[in-house]
Amino acid sequence: MKTQLKYLIPFVIFLMLIGFFLKGLNLDPREVPSPLINKPAPMFEQPLLNDTSKTFSSNSMLGQVWLLNVWASWCTACRDEHPLLMAMSQQIDVPIVGIDYKDTNPEALDVLSKLGNPYSAVATDVEGRVGIDYGVYGVPETYLIDKEGVIRYKQIGPITVAALQEKIIPMIKGLK
Amino acid sequence: MKRLLALFLLLLSLALNAESIASDPLVEARLKSLSQELRCLVCQNQTLADSTAPLAEDLRREIRELIAKGMTDEEITNYLVARYGDFVRYRPPFKSQTALLWLGPTVMLIIGFVVLWVTLRRRNKTLPNDYEVADEI
Repeated sequence: MKTQLKYLIPFVIFLMLIGFFLKGLNLDPREVPSPLINKPAPMFEQPLLNDTSKTFSSNSMLGQVWLLNVWASWCTACRDEHPLLMAMSQQIDVPIVGIDYKDTNPEALDVLSKLGNPYSAVATDVEGRVGIDYGVYGVPETYLIDKEGVIRYKQIGPITVAALQEKIIPMIKGLK
Repeated sequence: MKRLLALFLLLLSLALNAESIASDPLVEARLKSLSQELRCLVCQNQTLADSTAPLAEDLRREIRELIAKGMTDEEITNYLVARYGDFVRYRPPFKSQTALLWLGPTVMLIIGFVVLWVTLRRRNKTLPNDYEVADEI
């Protein structure tokens, strides 16, 4: 009996390896957890997309829960996300602020006029400096920021319906 | 004489211009050594030094500016880690989360030696008896 069990050891180790590999297959290496969760959102003041003579300051959002969506007209995943943002702007009672990341203003305005504008304000970040402060490494990315200006959640890549229903909406309700 | 002076000024302005375009070799050397230790988050298996992704270019520009501000290499690394997390470093730091990563291979090696030692000892105990039996026959 004892020797029989001994021969099972390699098999058990093999099964454990399979388990690790299966888990690894289902992880997305592109999703790098942000160190900014539960840290104050970096302050920025950038020109507005529709009127570059005026600026948008992230400080003006203090006291309310809001979403910061980093997007660009050149980003195809942002196009996929756009209909969901449109629906969110009508159904979720929090402002969505856009950051037009490394883009040209005419092209961005063109996209918004053709597909609709889900944003309460769009700030431009032509040089990508705000993006660096927020640890953006691929657009779209979305941050949920609370009343004290603390980042509570980061969505890497397009917002999915599942992420919206299971994480973002419950978190917004909790923060309000 | 005036012409000569104009020519001289022209040459001088060209020289000054060239100097401002060619950046400080010391800064470039530090940028190179730093960016070889940092990961490009767009193409994750490349260093910031190797990558031509737009984000890598932006980050190199950022590092150049931080060097110009007089920050140390460690401060610059911390600046990037605060934004992108430990993943931005090519060498993960040693902490509780990464202990298994760093110690795992050594632990496995020790386990291997223990198994080897136990097996050899057991064999030493059993083998002589077998031979004695064989000798008697």
